[in-house]
Amino acid sequence: MYQLRGVTKRYSRGKKTVDALAGVDLTIEDGGRLVIQGPTGGGKSTLLQMLGGLDRPTRGSVEFDGVDLAQLPEARLTKVRAESIGFVFQSFNLIPTLTAQENVETALVPLGLKGAARRERAAEALGSVGLGERLGHVPGELSGGQQQRVAIARALVKRPKVLLADEPTGNLDESMRDEIMELLEGLWKEHGLTFIMVTHDSSIARRAPRLATIRKGRVTITENAAA
Amino acid sequence: MFFTYLRRELRRRRKAALVVASGLALGIALVIVVSSVSSGMSQAQDKVLQSLYGLGTDMTVTKAAAPPGEGDNRRRFEFDAKGDTGAEQSSDRVMVQGFQTLASSTVTQVGGQDGVAQAVGGLSLTVLKVNGEFKPGEITPPQGGGRTGQGGTGGAGGGEVRGGGAAFDVNSYTVFGTDVAAPALGPLTSSKITTGRTFKSTETDAAVAVVDSAYAKEKSLAVGKTVTISGTKFSIVGVATADSGDSAANLYIPLKKAQTLADSKDKVTTVYVKAADSQQIDSVKSAIQKNIPDTTVTTSADLAGTVSGSLSTASDLATTVGKWLSIAVLIAAFLVAGLLTSSAVSRRVREFGTLKALGWKSGRVTRQVVGEALVNGLLGGVLGIALGLGGAYLVTAISPTLTAQLGSTGGGGGLAGGGPMGGGPARQTASKALDIALTAPVSVSTIGIAVGLAVAGGLIAGGFGGWRASRLRPADALRRVE
Repeated sequence: MYQLRGVTKRYSRGKKTVDALAGVDLTIEDGGRLVIQGPTGGGKSTLLQMLGGLDRPTRGSVEFDGVDLAQLPEARLTKVRAESIGFVFQSFNLIPTLTAQENVETALVPLGLKGAARRERAAEALGSVGLGERLGHVPGELSGGQQQRVAIARALVKRPKVLLADEPTGNLDESMRDEIMELLEGLWKEHGLTFIMVTHDSSIARRAPRLATIRKGRVTITENAAA
Repeated sequence: MFFTYLRRELRRRRKAALVVASGLALGIALVIVVSSVSSGMSQAQDKVLQSLYGLGTDMTVTKAAAPPGEGDNRRRFEFDAKGDTGAEQSSDRVMVQGFQTLASSTVTQVGGQDGVAQAVGGLSLTVLKVNGEFKPGEITPPQGGGRTGQGGTGGAGGGEVRGGGAAFDVNSYTVFGTDVAAPALGPLTSSKITTGRTFKSTETDAAVAVVDSAYAKEKSLAVGKTVTISGTKFSIVGVATADSGDSAANLYIPLKKAQTLADSKDKVTTVYVKAADSQQIDSVKSAIQKNIPDTTVTTSADLAGTVSGSLSTASDLATTVGKWLSIAVLIAAFLVAGLLTSSAVSRRVREFGTLKALGWKSGRVTRQVVGEALVNGLLGGVLGIALGLGGAYLVTAISPTLTAQLGSTGGGGGLAGGGPMGGGPARQTASKALDIALTAPVSVSTIGIAVGLAVAGGLIAGGFGGWRASRLRPADALRRVE
């Protein structure tokens, strides 16, 4: 699925330069589950953005299904994101004026689906995360956990190959955290996705079969046979 | 999704939308009011110009001004120094206004020029009637006794002349000789026949007259009565009321009669010309000036430049200050709308970044931003049109009176030909002021311009915001902490 070779991402601020990623080599298999952990500013989110085609490396290649995302023109990169990659963010990133169903529909707009088909699939996706009764609610009328469920439904409604989650439980309390993790793990198994998640939470990291620890832009992989 | 998203966002940001729309509305309303007032000014000026030489006339042809002394055929009043004491004497003179005439053949010549639809001649006359009496003075001898003498003052035979003198009334009025065979052109077209009738085409040499309503009132004239001009009695067949309140002449008579009265056989003072194409007036003017020497051609545009007074001042204000103020307000409104839209995009970077992460193309995000700005613009347009129509209605309702100064008239005065601004027949006073009520008509094209401005405003604002949105990189947008 993913093959990263010598991925470096350099940020410059004035005369100062920082390597958020410093020559990362990483392979992620189809259907695999990887948790990325590390200190703040270590490069976790940057790595996730490289994997999601949201940003390009300064050097190196990010191969996804045999295609180097670093070299793809913007239009094709957008198409890859639209069809193959689902995102879940820490702050949910829902459109505040749209209902839960409409928020989920936004992920189907780039696929060119017509209104009725979009609504049907969005309702189905929300049903699968337990929000079948909340289709018409705007984010402000939902709890944090419910908003994250909407975000998960939005990520999965297009049936992506990869689900990328950037600290999906970071804004939730403990009970909600477990609930969301159970949901994500269940969906991963059910859909056979490749699931890559960034987290600060060690208890979550411990449950992952494969852990990538990132410090000062360098990645160390730990396999967890017990998970 | 586009419209749902657009509607919800506009509802959420209705305050900002209202600010943007209000700014645009102000600019658009100003454009409508200035444009409609300018149009009203233009109509008022047209009205003034029409009062000078009638409806449908595109230009007038008069004789070019002659050097002083040349062609001066002013006649003098003559009174006998009669022996009778206190006998009333009367003398009237029919004078061609401006003392410059053209041969009647010029009318045919002008009519034959390319681009001339019709040419009609007219003769403007001023009748000056002087009547009164001489009173003889008395010579008082130094030692009593006396004898009567002629004259006012002065000594005779050593005696002293006392008393005596002359008392005369001067009555002046204008007469216009009109071509009765061509009633559609000439000064009489700027008046409506309110009583009686106009001339029949057969009355080319008939002793009939149409009298201006104001003059008729002043002199107690009416249809059926007669009026005497230089010893010739004319039957009054109609009373005409000038559209602008200021008539071209006091009396209108058939051209041939006027020529006879003024001893100007086959002469006209002015040729009234209607062009075949109103867009080619300048070329027709050039052709006439080139082909018919010693003539002055005056178009509406030439006349418009000579109108002064508050109408002219207001017109200048509308076309200069009003226009630039409208442009300045519009530019400011467009800039404010653009900056506010751009600022709104800055506040929504996470939202747009998320959409881009979901696979929305930059073009789709930009369209969304432009769509919202366009609706704001249209909203501003609707508000602006309502405001502008209200303003224009108010101006029309108030109808402020503007004065148009038509310049100097009278014999020999004015520019070429002695008529006001050299064109048509002279008015009765040296300097004539016309009061015109200002209206502010709003044309469909003005509304079209307003809609165009609203769309342009929306697109400019959307352009600012869309450009900002299109440059957003999803990673940067998502990295941003709000």
